[in-house]
Amino acid sequence: MAEHIPVDKTFKLFIGGAFPRSESGRTFQVHSADGGLLANAAKASRKDLREAVRAARSAQTGWADRTAYNRGQVLYRVAEIMESRRAEFTSVLTDMGHSPGDATAEVDRSIDRWVWYAGWADKLHHVLGTVNPVVGPYFNFTFPEPTGVVVVAAPDDPPLLGMLSRIAPVIVSGNTAVVATGGPSTLAAVTLAEVLATSDVPGGVVNILTGEKGELLPWALGHMDVNSVDLTGAPDGLEDEAVAAAADNVKRIVRADPAGASPYMIGDFLEMKTVWHPIGR
Amino acid sequence: MAPTDNPHKPFGIDYAPAPESTAVVNIADTYGHFINGDFVEPSSGATFPTVNPATETHLANIADGSAEDVDRAVTAARGAFEGPWGQMPGSERGRYLFRIARQLQERSREFAVLETLDGGKPIRESRDLDLPLSAAWFFYYAGWADKLEYAFPNRAVAPHGVAGQIVPWNFPLMMAAWKLAPALAAGNTVVLKPAETTPLTALLLADVLQDIDLPPGVVNIVTGAGATGAAIVDNRGIDKLAFTGSTEVGKAIQRVASTRRIPLTLELGGKAAHIVFEDSAVDQAVEGVVTGIYSNQGHVCCAGSRLLVEESIADSFVERLRRRISTLRLGDPLDKNTDVGAINSADQLQRITDMVATGVSEGADLFQPECDLPDKGYWFPPSVFTGVQQSHTVAREEILGPVLTVQTFRTAEEAVEKANNTPYGLSAGIWTEKGSKILWMTEKLRAGVVWANTYNRFDPASPFGGYKESGFGREGGMHGLAPYLHERADVTGGGA
Repeated sequence: MAEHIPVDKTFKLFIGGAFPRSESGRTFQVHSADGGLLANAAKASRKDLREAVRAARSAQTGWADRTAYNRGQVLYRVAEIMESRRAEFTSVLTDMGHSPGDATAEVDRSIDRWVWYAGWADKLHHVLGTVNPVVGPYFNFTFPEPTGVVVVAAPDDPPLLGMLSRIAPVIVSGNTAVVATGGPSTLAAVTLAEVLATSDVPGGVVNILTGEKGELLPWALGHMDVNSVDLTGAPDGLEDEAVAAAADNVKRIVRADPAGASPYMIGDFLEMKTVWHPIGR
Repeated sequence: MAPTDNPHKPFGIDYAPAPESTAVVNIADTYGHFINGDFVEPSSGATFPTVNPATETHLANIADGSAEDVDRAVTAARGAFEGPWGQMPGSERGRYLFRIARQLQERSREFAVLETLDGGKPIRESRDLDLPLSAAWFFYYAGWADKLEYAFPNRAVAPHGVAGQIVPWNFPLMMAAWKLAPALAAGNTVVLKPAETTPLTALLLADVLQDIDLPPGVVNIVTGAGATGAAIVDNRGIDKLAFTGSTEVGKAIQRVASTRRIPLTLELGGKAAHIVFEDSAVDQAVEGVVTGIYSNQGHVCCAGSRLLVEESIADSFVERLRRRISTLRLGDPLDKNTDVGAINSADQLQRITDMVATGVSEGADLFQPECDLPDKGYWFPPSVFTGVQQSHTVAREEILGPVLTVQTFRTAEEAVEKANNTPYGLSAGIWTEKGSKILWMTEKLRAGVVWANTYNRFDPASPFGGYKESGFGREGGMHGLAPYLHERADVTGGGA
């Protein structure tokens, strides 16, 4: 019997639940830590970003309209699928230069992190919402709602845990995400996209663009249908002018601890709505 | 006595004038900046006048703040933050805030009259809304000063340092109170800039701060116009910025703050939809719509400036609205019977006049009640546009004046679609007697405050602020504390 010749995976973008190549036809090479060529990955263009934002916008209302219980289960399902592919994720991280021990530890924490955020979906309102004792006969309460479409600059370090630690607090409340990543994290991103595609996460809720973050982020910051940009994983050279463009539609700019986890990180992508109603007979 | 056709004299009897006395206020000729506990001359020596918009009479000369003045104020604020205020336990900070609240209550008539003189709003509103709420804001946040660890579970928080705060002219003292109270409760020190047309009540507040022995430098007040505000935004000693005002200026501030990574709160413009269903309590809805757009001459960022009324009742509702508007009493803001006071400034009057002219030229139908405008001062009659298209300028842009547009809808979905068809998202109103419809609408409307079967209610316990281009961050409630605190780097909370 002939020796099996490996079938190499094509690294593509993840937009609206599908895996297209870049419309531009551009690619970049992804190498393992030892210098071997892993793939020619798709290098997302401005038009790919616009397509991803459109997919995210189309998916947002439906995702936010799911019950919190349901969103929690979908995030938990992501953890389940990751668990079943832990060997693959571990080898991704060792390919990127992690020691086997470090790789296993990061994969474990990554799976745990999905579980942790899954549980927040139906508890956010308790912790971040309030009932307000106003003067006068009014029932008054404040509750969180998703901001809308969020572009996430995925941190390069830690590559897997950092990326999903920035995605989970965005989507758990009903936002949709466009993730900008590239460089060595590309391998982790593409593998995570395959998990998301098979985890009951509706198409368009998470879109992943590989390429140059420094190129993608100015486009995202200037996009008028993006509500928030998470610059946690932004490259150092991002121009002030690009960040200033976020003011054109008063985007919420977020910068956070790349590997942290907190309900307040969920809060960074929430709007608070306050409702008044008279009390009377 | 037979009813008459004159809506102001339905029984042939008019109201006698009931002016509030101005004897209670004492306005100085000239005011300096309030820096490090004292009134000081502006570095340039320049001043600008503030006038009574109802009479165009000169009230006082106000120091025009330069970058040098701002720097002096920031230095004083820094000194207080690193000195007494920063070292003080929250329980003691709270005492000062309680004292401010009490002083405002005790001197409320004086403040209310001064607010009306300087800004043109009816005394009924400055007396019954601005002053009680200003005092309540300090009282509410006073109680938070020693309880911050309970506001943010599992998070150790600390104040930013020196907060730069810029407030508008529509609720001059109240906006200052909304900004100062949470900043101080959280342990920050402040450089505050009141609006150039309405600086007097903030300067009277400085008097209160001296009386209660607030440590020097904790609150500094620098007066001036846009250039002074820009000097605050650009000052390198500022650790936190908060702005209430136009979306245009807010965006300019965000450009600076985002590149310098300074935490920012923005409370910007609005173009709120006020939605009336056929199954509403119509008389109450009429009152709500009138309150929503004509109180404070429509100088309210959350004003219900776009009436969306269900088609089946549109004609009769608009007729009732016109009748009600015809009974509004426009005139001397100091008169206790006045409903609609003076427009805040000549500039704002020009903007409203231009916008209304645009509305007419674009083809909307203008209704204004017969109404005698005083000869002196800045005045604009309550106005209603019908026949309005979504594309009309008056339906899209904030006017910040007593101008209502009317559009109709057939289904709740259409009402939501029209209500959300704006870059703004500050507030919205809903009138229906059907509870499930209120909650359904509430979930769909992209706005930070939703008033159902009421409008324009405010409370220090109730968070206020916008979605989308109406800004970010909240003022009021526990949520209003968060923008004035950051997570301490030396203590991190839990997580997975």
